[in-house]
Amino acid sequence: MDIIRELQNELVEVKNFPNFKSGDTITVSYKIKEGAKERIQQFQGVVLQRRGNGATETFTVRKMSGNIGVERIFPISSPFVDQIVVNKKGAVRRARIFYFRERTGKSARIKEKRSFSVAK
Amino acid sequence: MPGLIGRKVGMTSIYSAEGKATPCTVIEAGPCVVTQLKTQDRDGYEAVQLGFGERKDSRTPNALKGHFKKANTTPKQTVVEFKGFEGLSLGDVVSVDIFSEGEFVGVAGTSKGKGFQGVVKRHGFGGVGQSTHGQHNRLRAPGSIGAASYPARVFKGMRMAGQMGNKRVLIENLEVLKVLADKNLIVVKGSIPGAKGSTVLIER
Repeated sequence: MDIIRELQNELVEVKNFPNFKSGDTITVSYKIKEGAKERIQQFQGVVLQRRGNGATETFTVRKMSGNIGVERIFPISSPFVDQIVVNKKGAVRRARIFYFRERTGKSARIKEKRSFSVAK
Repeated sequence: MPGLIGRKVGMTSIYSAEGKATPCTVIEAGPCVVTQLKTQDRDGYEAVQLGFGERKDSRTPNALKGHFKKANTTPKQTVVEFKGFEGLSLGDVVSVDIFSEGEFVGVAGTSKGKGFQGVVKRHGFGGVGQSTHGQHNRLRAPGSIGAASYPARVFKGMRMAGQMGNKRVLIENLEVLKVLADKNLIVVKGSIPGAKGSTVLIER
């Protein structure tokens, strides 16, 4: 395992993203390629889970696009993930909040964790 | 085919410049010591015997101790013969730099043992697929294994239940993504047989 970790540090660029966990509202800036051009798009939503470790770690972000829920899974080490901004720290008890998918309207709110300086 | 003995370390992902994640396996390969040279005159064929992995002196039979002493090396855990090496002499060290990035290799290992398995898991049979209409405890049964008085026997090779896994498997045409000669590591694309820590053979 240690050899793998060492290798990952060498082969995969370690990025300095802020700490975030399930329940947090984050904005992910990711690069998309259109032909030869590259531009940055943003995806803001609630983190449902983080899974895996090291270079293979991924996280799932869910947002409501109109009435339709959209989920995206980002590999955290992907060179396409440019920047992550934590907008809100959520107070949830679980590491994976899949129950959040069934919630709509008023119940689809997550209490905000206080005593945290929000990055703007 | 020239090759090396190694140990499976584990799997990870590598990201290309285009952002594509490639699953890959890390193998700790070599350094291997030439422990014996098989020659046409003496043995009837040309080959090189390589040794890999340390072995306790107290756990080595005296006969093997002598064998390794001839090559002027410590007792090795695994010895395997390879053909196709040229210009090696007894006691030489072969390391991972015989492989280069971008070439294709085959990796052989012992697959994970699955025990005695039925035909559904072992051969991908469909099973009965129905639990009503008269079916009773036959859900994963193989069905008929042949005809009746002619041929009056079951053909050889009929797929049936039995031991699955824990046998030698060779995966060919795996691309070498990275060779780290200083750490004796080689990274190949995709998965290879066996559990982490198991011995594998890498051959060109």
